Amino acid sequence: MWRKRIAAIAGTVTLALIVSLSAQEPQKVSAQEPRVIDITAKKFAFAPSSITLKKGETVTLRIRSEDVTHGFFSRQLKIDETIEPGKTEEVTVTPQTAGTFTTICDHFCGAGHGNMSMTIVVE
Amino acid sequence: MKELDRRSFLRIAGTSIGVGALYKVLPAAAMTGTSGEMLRELGKKNGEKVTPFTFVQMSDTHVGFNGAPNPTGTKAFEAAVATVNSLPQAPDLVLFTGDLTHDSEDKDEHAARMKHFHQIAGTIKAGKIVYVPGEHDAGLDGGALFRDHFGETHYSFDHRGVHFVGLDNVTRAKPEVGKEQIAWLEQDLARFPKTAPIVVFTHRPLFDLKPEWEWFTSDGDDVMNILQRYDNVTVLYGHIHRDDEHEENHIKHFGARSLIFSFPDPQKSAMKKPMPFDKDHPFQNLGIRSLDVRGTNVQPHEVELTMREFSGMNGIHQMLKEQSL
Repeated sequence: MWRKRIAAIAGTVTLALIVSLSAQEPQKVSAQEPRVIDITAKKFAFAPSSITLKKGETVTLRIRSEDVTHGFFSRQLKIDETIEPGKTEEVTVTPQTAGTFTTICDHFCGAGHGNMSMTIVVE
Repeated sequence: MKELDRRSFLRIAGTSIGVGALYKVLPAAAMTGTSGEMLRELGKKNGEKVTPFTFVQMSDTHVGFNGAPNPTGTKAFEAAVATVNSLPQAPDLVLFTGDLTHDSEDKDEHAARMKHFHQIAGTIKAGKIVYVPGEHDAGLDGGALFRDHFGETHYSFDHRGVHFVGLDNVTRAKPEVGKEQIAWLEQDLARFPKTAPIVVFTHRPLFDLKPEWEWFTSDGDDVMNILQRYDNVTVLYGHIHRDDEHEENHIKHFGARSLIFSFPDPQKSAMKKPMPFDKDHPFQNLGIRSLDVRGTNVQPHEVELTMREFSGMNGIHQMLKEQSL
């Protein structure tokens, strides 16, 4: 009796694992997952200072601050994030227009704040 | 320059040589009727009749700034104060539209800069002096030091029938006013008829002048939605270190020159970079604004500083340079 139940449970677990693995499989092979670009904010610059995206490409920008709270803002790309120290913020963008766009820190962070910006080139 | 403008300009420039300032008369901020009947009616509703007066806007003195764009420190600020004090009649009001000081992460140093600002501003001969903060005054501490020196960061008052509103778009660190203050504004203005003359003074532009240079207020549209219910609104702001005129939904916006260094025209320059210091023309593109109130009409005049050292031909040439306007 117990052996039958254990066998049944084992079969269920095995099946669940197979289902689980097969469910993950499409994600593993997915080429549509957005490219991730890491960006660091630190008084008074973003690194890298410039990135290049492709028009129509969905990209995740993963931004973290190494010191104080910063902003990450672009009116044209509709980005408006606050980056608190110790936390990582992700912004997914799919630019539809080619051009050169400026993203600024819009959270006042000190004397050099006014020139803290980075360039996003969309080709 | 149109001939009429040139005549006015030369006449004013000629009279200004002695006081070290150059005036440019701008188009009127509000051109609605000024009939006696209308003003009497306004007086009844506002509780005070509109009577003529003059006030001055000063901005972006950045006391404590020390750098290549202006190695003279507070000299332009002091010259501006001397200019105001040399006016035949003291202005009723002086409005400071932010960045009184340059920030410092050393709190004691920032407090010393605020005190230095006070020492200079305290010599201004005017009926009343009022202030709103800039991000360099209040962006790092949420306005705590500013409040210690000047009180609240937003407020309103009436003067000779004109309603003045000081708006704060810096203490939240981001360029925004915030829902609470916008609700306050709506309530503050509710008692006025739509014809009431209103002057709003703030630090950042309330519209998208150049968002890539942080020349905007993110919820400025919400503020404008309230202001545009009124017919005679003038908005005075600083932050951009250059004079600028903009009209939107019948509201006139005037950006002010700074008293430390100037920024280039954003339509012509790719870089937000201070204009280099010119030792032969150290106050070029710096200045203040004087405004005459006549009825519901607020008439601004640009006042560019010049140096007394250039009171000879150099000074005259400097003052007559049209592009310096």
